[in-house]
Amino acid sequence: MKAIGIILAGGQNEKLKELGAVRATSAMPVGSCYRAIDFPLSNMANSGINKVAVITQYNSRSLHDHLNSSKWWGFGRKHGGLFVLAPFLSKDGNFGFRGTADSIYQNISFLRRSNEPYVVITGGDGIYKLDYNEVLSFHVEKDADITVVCKNVNMDVTNFGVVDLDENGRLIEFEEKPLEAFSDTISLGIYIIRRELLISLLEEIIPEGRYDFVRDIITRYRKRLNMYGYMFGERYWGGINSAESYFNINMDFLRPDIRRMFFAEQPHIETKNKDEPPAKYNANSQVRNCLIGCGSIIDGMAENSVLFRRVMVGENAVVRNSIIMEGCVIGQGAMVVDAILDKDVRISEGQIFMGEYGNPKIMMKGSTL
Amino acid sequence: MRKKEMIAMLLAGGQGSRLGVLTKNKAKPAVSFGGKYRIIDFPMSNCINSGVDTVGVLTQYQPLQLNRHIGIGIPWDLDRRYGGVTVLPPHMKEGEQGFWYTGTADAIYQNINFIDTYSPTYVLVISGDHIYKMDYGKMLDFHKKTKANATIAVLEVPWEEANRFGIMNTDATGKIHSFEEKPKEPKSNLASMGIYIFNWDMMRDALLEVHEDVADMDFGKHLIPEYLSQGKNLYAYRFDGYWKDVGTVDSFWAANMDLIKTVPEFDLYEDFAKIYTSSEHQPPQFSGANSDIRASLISEGCEVYGTVHNSVLGTDVFVAEGAVIRDSIIMEGSRVGENALLDCVIVDEGCVIGNDVQMGIGDNTANIEKPQIYTTGITVVGEGSVVPDGVVVGKNCVIHGITLAEHYENGRLQSGGTLDLTGGGE
Repeated sequence: MKAIGIILAGGQNEKLKELGAVRATSAMPVGSCYRAIDFPLSNMANSGINKVAVITQYNSRSLHDHLNSSKWWGFGRKHGGLFVLAPFLSKDGNFGFRGTADSIYQNISFLRRSNEPYVVITGGDGIYKLDYNEVLSFHVEKDADITVVCKNVNMDVTNFGVVDLDENGRLIEFEEKPLEAFSDTISLGIYIIRRELLISLLEEIIPEGRYDFVRDIITRYRKRLNMYGYMFGERYWGGINSAESYFNINMDFLRPDIRRMFFAEQPHIETKNKDEPPAKYNANSQVRNCLIGCGSIIDGMAENSVLFRRVMVGENAVVRNSIIMEGCVIGQGAMVVDAILDKDVRISEGQIFMGEYGNPKIMMKGSTL
Repeated sequence: MRKKEMIAMLLAGGQGSRLGVLTKNKAKPAVSFGGKYRIIDFPMSNCINSGVDTVGVLTQYQPLQLNRHIGIGIPWDLDRRYGGVTVLPPHMKEGEQGFWYTGTADAIYQNINFIDTYSPTYVLVISGDHIYKMDYGKMLDFHKKTKANATIAVLEVPWEEANRFGIMNTDATGKIHSFEEKPKEPKSNLASMGIYIFNWDMMRDALLEVHEDVADMDFGKHLIPEYLSQGKNLYAYRFDGYWKDVGTVDSFWAANMDLIKTVPEFDLYEDFAKIYTSSEHQPPQFSGANSDIRASLISEGCEVYGTVHNSVLGTDVFVAEGAVIRDSIIMEGSRVGENALLDCVIVDEGCVIGNDVQMGIGDNTANIEKPQIYTTGITVVGEGSVVPDGVVVGKNCVIHGITLAEHYENGRLQSGGTLDLTGGGE
C-alpha cells in the first residue's frame, strides 16, 4: 500500500474509571487475549502498510510492554516496521504532546523521511476490521484532500465527532462532541491524507498555537479543503469510551458473528504471544457461553463471561456476566457476578463481588478482596 | 567465528514408525502433543531455557511440517544473528553421492563442519522424541565437575521395565563401566535418556575413527562402546523429573492424558521453564451455551458446543452440538460433527468427523494389518481424513484419507479394521 500509518495511542479516558487509570485506552484488554491496539495495528499490517508509527503518551507502560516486539504483527523488519514514538524533552522545554496534531508535528521527521504518498491516521482504541485500501481507493476516486471514515449509528452521538455529509459524500459539517446532535453520522477517527499536505497543514497550524487534529485541521479546514466521508457501512465497530461500552464490547465477542469476523475470517487480528499452555478444565468445571484465555485453569463455574489468559477459577466458584482480566484468581466458593476484574485481582475464598446487570462493578488492578 | 561453549545437536530425523499413521506424513518430532505443542517443542524449549542458544536440528524423514514449524526459530527466541537454530538435512558432498543419515552418530559425523563453525567445547546431543523438562546447564555443571569425557543422562526406571532400555552400569560416583542395550537380565535400572554431553575435540576424533569401520554409526551401538573400550571417562547424570518416551500409540495417548490430571505430574502451567511453540494464529477458545467440558485441555481457537471429557484438543478444533468426545485426542483444525461419539480416538490434524459418527465402539480386536501398533483399543484417524456421516467405527481401527459412506460395509468398520485410501505404506 502506498501509505504509512500513524496510530494515535496517547489518549486516556476518564469514563473508563479505575480501568483507565492504569493504562492508555489503546492498551485496554479486549476479547480474552487482545489489547485494543491490536485491531488497528493488525489492520495496518493486513492492508500492506509497511511503516507504522504508534504515538503514545498517557500511561504508556502497558502499551510499550505490549509493543516491545513488533514481530507479532509482521513489523519486525529492516526497512520500515514499527516506530513507537513517546514524548521527549526538547530544547524548547516541551515534554508531552499538546494535542494530537502536535504529537504528529513533534515527530514530523517520521513523515519527512517517508516516500509513500499517503498517510493513514487512526486511533488506537477502535475495535474493527478494515482494509484501508478500500478507503484509499475512495480517497483517490473522489480526489479528496482528507477522507474521514464515518458510520451511521442509532445511539447518543454527543460523545463522538458528529459529521454531516452532502449527497456526494462531501463533508460539510464536523463537530466534536456537539451539545445537540445534527446527524446520526459519526467519525470513526480514521483519516487518509496526502503526506505532503499533512506536513504543510501541521507547519501552518502549530506556530499559531493550534494543536488538535480534529478541531484545528478537520473542523477548521472543512470548507477550504476537499473532505469526504467514507461510509463504513453496517460492519462492526466498537469504540471504547466508557466502562459500560468497554463491558459491552467484550461481551460482543460472545456473539457468533463477531467471533467469526475477528477470530476465524482472514486476515487475522494478531497479538503478542504469551506462550501460555492450553486452557485446562478440571473434573468439576462447568463453563457455558464463555471465552477462555489460554493458561487458565477452571475448577468451578463460568457463564456468559470473558476470561482472559491465566485466570484461575477455584472449586465451586461462580463467575457470571463478567470480564475477568489476565492473571485473576477467584478462590474456592467465591462468586463474581456483573463485574469487571482488572488484571491480577484476587477474590479470596468464599467472597462475593457483585455488580448490577448493566452496571458492572469494577475491581482495581492488583487488588484483593 | 565466535566460540560457543556448548551447542546442541537435536536428532529429529526419525520416522517413529510405531506411531503408525500419525507419522505417515511427518517426522515423529513434528507430531502434535498436549494440545498446542509438537513433540520437538520440549527439547527446543529446554535448550533455550538452559541457555543453549545454538541448535542444529537434524532432519531426514518427512521434514516439511518440521521445517515449517521451526522456521527461523522465533517461538524459542532462537532467531539469532549468531547461532540460533539451523536445520541440517542430509546433503551432497563434492566428488561423492549424497548420503542419508544412516545412524544417530553418523548424522553428527556428517555435520562436523557445522559444529566446527562454533568451535564449541561441548556438544549436547538430544533427540526430538521425548516429553520432559530438563536444565541441560545443570548437566553441563555435572559434566565439568566429574571431568568426564562424555556424560549420559539416565533415569531410574522400574526394574521390570529395564529390559526395554539402554542400561548404564555405574559405580557409586556415577562413572559408567559398562553399557547394555535392552539387557535380558539387567544389572542396573539406570536407563539412558538419549541425552549426551561430549567434549567436542575428543568426540570429533572418535567420530572420524569409528566412521572408518562403521557406516551406520549409532551412539548406543558404536560410539559409547568405543568410548568404554578405550577406557574413557563416561559418567551417568541422574535425572529424576518427568520423562516420557512417546514412541508408541499407547504411550503417546497416555502421556497426553497425564496432562489433564488435576495435579499433573508434568506441569505446563509453571512460570519458569515454559514450553514454547509456533502458533500462527491464536484467538481465544469459546465454550458454547450447552457445552460440557471436564478434565480436558482445550487450546486456542477451539469452539466447543458439545461434550468433551478427559480429552486433549489442539488449536482451532470445532466440536458441534451434541457431539461427545471422551478419552480422546483431537488435533489442530479438526471438526467433529453433530451428535458424533468418539471414545478413545486419536484424530490427527485437519480431519472432518461427520455427524452421528460413532467411533471406538465394540470389542477390542487388535488391528488386523498392524497388530503390534494398534492393540490397546485406540482408533486413529490420519491427517486430513474425512469420516462420513453416520458410520460406526470399532476399536484399534485406522482410517486415512477422504473416506465415503460406500467404503464402510453396512456403514461399519469393525474393530481392528483399516481403511487407508492414501496408498503406499506407512
